This record gives sequence, structure tokens and C-alpha cells, in this order.
Amino acid sequence: MSGPYIPCSEVIEFLWSYVAGELPPAKVAEFERHLAVCPSCTAYLSTYRMTLELERGAFQPEGCEPEEELPEDLIQAVMGALRRE
Amino acid sequence: MDVSPSLPLAHEEEALLADLRAGKDEAFSRLLRDHGGRLLAVSRRLLRNEEDARDAVQEAMVSAFRSLHRFEGGSRIATWLHRIVVNCCLMKLRSRQRRPEEAIEDLLPRFVEDGHQVEPSVDWAEPVDALLQRQEICALVRQCIDKLPESYRTVLLLRDIEELSTEEAARAVGVTENALKIRLHRARQALRTLLDPHLRGVHA
Repeated sequence: MSGPYIPCSEVIEFLWSYVAGELPPAKVAEFERHLAVCPSCTAYLSTYRMTLELERGAFQPEGCEPEEELPEDLIQAVMGALRRE
Repeated sequence: MDVSPSLPLAHEEEALLADLRAGKDEAFSRLLRDHGGRLLAVSRRLLRNEEDARDAVQEAMVSAFRSLHRFEGGSRIATWLHRIVVNCCLMKLRSRQRRPEEAIEDLLPRFVEDGHQVEPSVDWAEPVDALLQRQEICALVRQCIDKLPESYRTVLLLRDIEELSTEEAARAVGVTENALKIRLHRARQALRTLLDPHLRGVHA
């Protein structure tokens, strides 16, 4: 493939569809041609992917979300509602 | 969202299920004490309103009670309850008055006229696995998510954390699927921007 490279702005605007595998093959080729020569977009893609992994990891039980207990008054309210069923 | 760790073994769940079906009060009380805290955390996170969050947990438990006979034990009790509370939250989100999308431009990448980024991006110093080992980083990620404008925060939680489909999330917030995809991308970009100054310089 030859011709002008797509701009960084286009790569970054449509990165979600590249990451989701929703870009048509011709567009993927254009993205990868750009990424091969652009350290800034390569770093953006890498940190964008890391952001997704960090989001998910930060909410896993072992990923340190503090345990909370159900307040006693809510337990009683729910038990009352269940007894009325 | 994976909610399976630190739960009782399968045969204990079967025994609990039998007690629940037999209508034993103490079984419901145990269910609430074992799982209620996590369910309340999920609904607080999604609804950001204490009264709505408590209502969602109560509605979820009543709904679980009514559908006990349909629960076949194919999934863990925690996973089943989690899904029910998320559904209750989605109903509440749908019934809320739609708010206009907030401004988020300050948190999105900026470009010069030729399409290059105003400030080139750089890699983060540590791999994800190492970052997630650190409690303060997990807390930082959650704090940064909380800083996102509300309409973006909700979409990010529904899609990336609760793993709803685009269609389900779009329905919950009242936008088209395409609009939802764009909003999700912006939310992730904004989160990346908020994390960037902290993670550029982090070393093990």
C-alpha cells in the first residue's frame, strides 16, 4: 500500500473500533501502516488498552475493592419485604 | 464481572439453596449478610444515590426470592444475585430523566492542524499486572472513574465493568448503539488522560 498516511487524529478517533476488531480489513491495514511509523499513536494504543485492563482489574474482588457490609436497617427492611411475599 | 472468588464451595451453596427454597428465615439472613454488601456496592456505584441504591438491593432480593424456583444452580449464587441487582439498577437508570451529555473535551486528546497530537503520547512505566498488584493504583483507577462526567462514567461502568452488551447499555441510558460506542470511547480516553500523569512516572 502506498499514498499518504492517515493522520493521528483519525487513528485516535476510531481506536475503539480498531481495538474491538470492528474495522474493515482495508482500514486495519491503514491503521497498522500508521502505527508502524508513529511512536505517539503506538503509545496511545498501548496505554488505551492498559486503561481497559486497569478498569476491569480495579473492580475485581481480589483487585482490592474494599468489602462493605449491608447496613443492619437494610437487612431488616429486606427481611420484612421477603416475609410479606 | 467475575464475582466468584472467596465464595463458599458448591455443596455449601446447594445446601443454602435448599434452605432458601424451604423458606428458612436464617437462610435469607445469611444470603443477605454474605452477599448484600457487595450488591449494595454495585448499586451505589451504578446509581450514585443512596436511596435508589438501597431500593435496588431490596428489589433485587425480592426478585431473587420470587425466581428461586427457576434458579438451577448452573451459576454461582453470587453471580446470579449480581445480575439481578444490575437489572434492578438498569430499570432505575432507564426511568431517570435524561440529562444532556456533559462536556468532556478537556479530557480528550488535542490535535494540531495537520492531525498530530498537541502533546505526543508516551508509554506507561510499568506493566498492567504489576500495577494491579498495588492497592493504591486500584484505588486511583476507581477515583479517576468517579471523576468522569456522570453520563460517561455510567456508560463505562455498564460496558467495561458490568460487561453489558452495547444494546443493553444503550437502552439503559437512552441513546443509539452508535452514540453509546462513541461515548464509551470518550469515557475511556478521558480515564486514560486522568491516569496518564500518575502512570508515566510509576516505577516498581
